[in-house]
Amino acid sequence: MLGAGGGTSSYEEIETTDLVILWGSNAREAHPIFFHHLIKGVRNGAKMYAVDPRRTSSAQWADVWLGLDIGADIAVANAVGREIIHAGLTDESFVAHSTSGFDAYAESVEPYTLDEAERLSGVPGTVIRDLAHDYATAATAQICWTLGITEHHNATDNVLALINLALLTGHVGRYGSGLVPIRGQNNVQGGGDMGALPNKLPGFQDVADPVARGKFEALWGVQVPPEPGLHITLMLEAMERNELRALYVIGENPAQSEADAGRTRALLEGLDFMVVQDIFLTKTAEMADVVLPAAASWAETEGTVTSSERRVQRVRKALDPPGDAKDDLEILSQLAERMGHGWGYPTAEETWDELRSLSPMHAGMAYRRLDELGGIQWPCPDEDHPGTLFLHGWLWEDPLPRDPAPFVPVEHAPPVDELTDEYPVRLTTGRRLDSYNTGVQSGGFDSPIRAGPVLDVCPEDGAAWDLAEGEVVRIASRRGAIEAPVRYHRSLRPGLVFMSVHNPDDADVNQLTIEAWDPKSGTAEFKATAVRIDKLT
Amino acid sequence: MDAAATAAERAAVDALLGPPAAPDGHVAFGGFHRAEAQRHLLLPALQAVQSAIGWISPGALNYVCERLIVPPADAYGVATFYALLSTEERPPIVAHVCDDIACIAAGACAVAGGHPSPCLGQCEQGSAAFVQVAGGEDFVIAPVSPDQIAAALAGEQPAPGRRASVRHAGALLRRIGVVDPDSADSYRAHGGFAALARAREQGPGWVIDQVKASNLRGRGGAAFPAGVKWEACAAEATRPHYFVVNADESEPGTFKDRILMEEDPFAVVEAAAVAAFAVGAERTYFYVRGEYPLAAARLRAAIPHFEGFDAEVRLGGGAYICGEETSLFNSVEGFRGEPRQKPPFPTTAGLFGKPTAINNVETLVNVLDIVIDGGEAFAAIGTQQSTGPKLFCLSGTVARPGLYEVPFGTTLRELLELAGGVPGDLRAVLLGGAAGVFVGPDRIDVPLTFEGVREIGATLGSGVVMAFDGTVDMGAIARRIAAFFRDESCGQCVPCRVGTVRQEEALGRVLAANGDRAEHAALIDDIARVMVDASICGLGQTAAGAIQSAIRLGLLDGSQT
Repeated sequence: MLGAGGGTSSYEEIETTDLVILWGSNAREAHPIFFHHLIKGVRNGAKMYAVDPRRTSSAQWADVWLGLDIGADIAVANAVGREIIHAGLTDESFVAHSTSGFDAYAESVEPYTLDEAERLSGVPGTVIRDLAHDYATAATAQICWTLGITEHHNATDNVLALINLALLTGHVGRYGSGLVPIRGQNNVQGGGDMGALPNKLPGFQDVADPVARGKFEALWGVQVPPEPGLHITLMLEAMERNELRALYVIGENPAQSEADAGRTRALLEGLDFMVVQDIFLTKTAEMADVVLPAAASWAETEGTVTSSERRVQRVRKALDPPGDAKDDLEILSQLAERMGHGWGYPTAEETWDELRSLSPMHAGMAYRRLDELGGIQWPCPDEDHPGTLFLHGWLWEDPLPRDPAPFVPVEHAPPVDELTDEYPVRLTTGRRLDSYNTGVQSGGFDSPIRAGPVLDVCPEDGAAWDLAEGEVVRIASRRGAIEAPVRYHRSLRPGLVFMSVHNPDDADVNQLTIEAWDPKSGTAEFKATAVRIDKLT
Repeated sequence: MDAAATAAERAAVDALLGPPAAPDGHVAFGGFHRAEAQRHLLLPALQAVQSAIGWISPGALNYVCERLIVPPADAYGVATFYALLSTEERPPIVAHVCDDIACIAAGACAVAGGHPSPCLGQCEQGSAAFVQVAGGEDFVIAPVSPDQIAAALAGEQPAPGRRASVRHAGALLRRIGVVDPDSADSYRAHGGFAALARAREQGPGWVIDQVKASNLRGRGGAAFPAGVKWEACAAEATRPHYFVVNADESEPGTFKDRILMEEDPFAVVEAAAVAAFAVGAERTYFYVRGEYPLAAARLRAAIPHFEGFDAEVRLGGGAYICGEETSLFNSVEGFRGEPRQKPPFPTTAGLFGKPTAINNVETLVNVLDIVIDGGEAFAAIGTQQSTGPKLFCLSGTVARPGLYEVPFGTTLRELLELAGGVPGDLRAVLLGGAAGVFVGPDRIDVPLTFEGVREIGATLGSGVVMAFDGTVDMGAIARRIAAFFRDESCGQCVPCRVGTVRQEEALGRVLAANGDRAEHAALIDDIARVMVDASICGLGQTAAGAIQSAIRLGLLDGSQT
C-alpha cells in the first residue's frame, strides 16, 4: 500500500491529464465540484472511461462506459493488469525501481483473462482490453473512485486492485498521474487530518507508534491509549455485546445512514446514554438523551477545512449562530471544563497552532500563509514549504528513500448477499444531485429534479414484471421490506435496480441493505443487496 | 419531456445518421468527445425531420438529441432559431411568399394562402414563393400568381413562366445560358477545369500571389481583399484548414449568387476548389441558403467531378444572420447562428475553431479568370481600388430588372440606362440592400466603385440597385425594412435585439405623425448610434442605415402607410 490519507493528485492535474478512469463513482451527481474539474479535463481533451454498473449521468460523459456486474471490480481490474503485462505495456523500469512483489502479482492475475473477466463482469473483453491499453499508454492518467469501490465487503481489496494498476504503469507520484478517492463532503478529508479515525492521531500518525504518542502525551499531560478505537461498524457490534453503553455523536446521523437500519436503531435505543451534537435535530438526535445544538461550520465558525485535493483552507465566521447553538470548539471546551479540565477557551487559530506543533504534515500552515496562498496542500512541513501538489513523488527518486511500494494481489469475491430464486434482483444504492445523504441537510428545500423515494428499474424489467411507472411495489431483502413507487430509468439494465439513500423517512433503503462489512475499512456493502420485487395488487 | 419519436421520424433521422447501435447493458460509447464530434450534424438532422415530416415534434427532437448527445433544451434553441424549421405542427405543404421590398416595388400580388417571407432572392422575377413539401422536394415558383400558390398547396408543382435573369453579361457571366449546368462535359467544352489544373500546376503560393495582384475584393458586402485573407489562412500552422463558400445570399434585393450557382455550378465549385487548394484547406463547405434548392442540388451534382476536392453542401435554415461569416460557422457547427466576437478572425480560428477562409460566391468565380489570365490582367479592369467586373442586381421600378455585369466605375446613371431606365420619375435608389442606404436622383452620376459610393456615404453592399419611382409607397418599403431587421436580429446583443424593435416602433410614429416628425426621427438616430457602436456584427450596425437615409431624403414625407 501507499499509505492512507488522501487523493494523490490536485484538481489542476485532472484538468490537464490525458486519461480519466472514473471507477465506481457517479461524481457528476454525488461530487459535483470535483466533477466540474473533471469536465474541464475532458474538455481539454482527456479521454474518459467510466466503470460503473449503472450508466449514470457521469458515465454519459465517458467515451466508453464499462457496465460491469456489481462486485466484479476486481475481476475487471485484474484482467486489465494481466492484459497490460501480456501486451508488454508494463512500465518495467518503474516496477523494478519503485515497487515490490511484481512476480506474485503477475501470477495472481494470470487466471483473469479477458474472457474470464467478461464472464464475471458481463463487460466485453475487447473493451476491457481497450481500457488496459489506453491506460498503459497514456502519458498521464488518473483513476478516480468513490463509494462504488468502497461500499463493498471487500472494499480494501477493490482499492488495492486499482493501486496495483497504477504501480504497474507508473501512473502515480508524478504530475498528471494519480489515484484519486473523491471525498463526499467538503471536510471529510479534514476529519481524517484531525485524527477522527480509530487508529490515527492527528496528521495520520499511528496510535500504536510510541514516538508519535509521546509527543501528544508530553503536550497534553495525559496518557494516550495505544490501542485503536472502534469504527462505527465495530461500535454497533460492541453495543450488541453490551460493551458499549454510551455514545457521543458529532455531526452524524447513524440512525438513518447505517446499513440494516432497523438493527441500528434498536441498538441506539438500547444505549444507557447518548449525546448528539449537530446543527439539525436529526433522527438520531431525536433519540438522544442530550442534544447540543452546534453552529454551522460554514459562515458561523472560524477554522479550517481540507478539500479532496488535501488543500487546507480557512473558513470564517460571518454570522452569529441562531439561538443557543455554539461553536463545536466552545462546546468541547465547556464540556472539558465541567469535567475538570480547564483548557481555557482557545481560539480556532490557537487550536490550529497546537495541531501544527504536533502534526508534521500541517506544520507549515500558519493562518497567515493559508490566507496568502489561498490554502495549502499537505504535506507542508515548514513555513517555507509551498505545499504539495501531488503525493508519492518519492517513488520516482533515485535512490528510493523508502521501501518500494508493494503490489498486493487480490482476488475476485462476489457480493455476500447472493442472488437466488427467492431474491433474484440486484439492488444497488447511491446518491442523486438534488439531495445529500440521509436528506438531513437537503430535505428542507424543494428541487425540481428531485425524484423522491423511487425504485429505478429499466424499462425492459418494468415491462417484464408488469410494473407501471408510479406503481408502488414492495421491495424485500433477507433483512426487511419497504414500499416505493417505480420509475423507469435507462441507466439500468435487466436484473439491476437502484434506490437512493436520501429518503429514509419514506423509503428506508437501509432496511434492506446488508451489514456485511469490510474488516479492513469498516465499510458496509451498501452497493449489493439481493431483493425481490412484488406487486402490491 | 419524455415524448417518443414515431417510426417515420426515427427513419428520417436514421437515414442521415445511420441505424442506432443495439442497446447493450454492459458497454456504451458516447460521451463528450463523441457529442462534440457529431454536433455539426444537428442542423442536418433537424432538417431531415422537417423535410420528411413537415415539422419537428417533441418526440423527434428527443430522438435527434439522443442520437447526437445534445441536451433537448439546447437543440430546441437551435430548432427555433431557423425560420424554415417548425417546432409546431403545420400542414405538410407550406408556401413562403415573398413580401419583401423588391417584390413590393414590383407590385407583386398579396400573399394569398402563403406565409409572408423575407426576400427569396428571386427579385428579377418580380414575385416569388418557396414551397416546403413534407416528404417531397422543396421548390420555388417565381414569378408566382395566387392560382399557382393554391395549386402548390394542393400538391402540384406549377411551372412558372420565368423571365430572363441575366440582362448584361461580361466575362464573369459568359457561360450563363450557354453552358449546360447539369453537364461536366459542357462545362469542360467552355473552358472549365482549366483554372484548377493551372493552379495545381503552379502551386498555392502562386495562386495567392495572383489573387493578391488582382486586388480582388469581396463581393459579399465587406469588400475585404481576398488575397490577404487567403494568405493569412494558408500561413496558419494549425490543421486542418477549412474553406467555406458563403452562399447564404439573403440580403433583400440580391440574387446574383443564386444565378451563378444555378446556371454555372461547375464554375462555382471549380473556383472553390482553387481556393481550397490555395489556402491548404482539407475540407470545404458550401453553405447555401435553404430557399435555394436548385442551387444546392446543382452544386451537389457538380462536386464529385472535381477529383481530390473534399466538399459538402450544407443548407441554411432561413436565417439572414447566417450570411455573417461567424454566424455561418456556428450554424455549420450545429449551434444557433449567432455571430462570434472578432478577433479571433476566421483565418486564425474560424469553422470548428480552425483556420478558415470564407468567400462569397461572386468573389470566388472571379478567381477562375485571375488564375487563367493572371492577376495583373484582372487588376486592369475597373478602377485602381475596385478591380474587375461587378455584378449588380437591378430590381424595383426599372424597365428590365435582372443581373447586370459591368466593370467597376460604371455610373449609376449608365447602369439604370442599361436596364431601360425608370419609367416614371426616379425618386430614390436603394444601394446595397436593406443593409444599405437610399440615394436620391441627385447622386445618379456616382461611379459604382467601393470608393465612389463611400464618398457619398453609401455602400455597394452585395450589389443591390433597387430603383423606386413615384408609384411606390416608400412608407411601406421603410416599414418592411424595419420589420425585416426586427425579425432577423439574432437577439444576442441587446442594442440590436431591442434597437430593431424600438426602431420599428419609432418609424411607425414617424409615418403616423402629421406634423412634427423630428422628435421620432431623432430617436431613430439615437438608436442607430447605439446599434452601430455596440452591436458585435454588421446586422445591428447597418440596421438603421436605410431608414435614416429614407427620412433624410424625405422619402417618407406624405406617406401615411
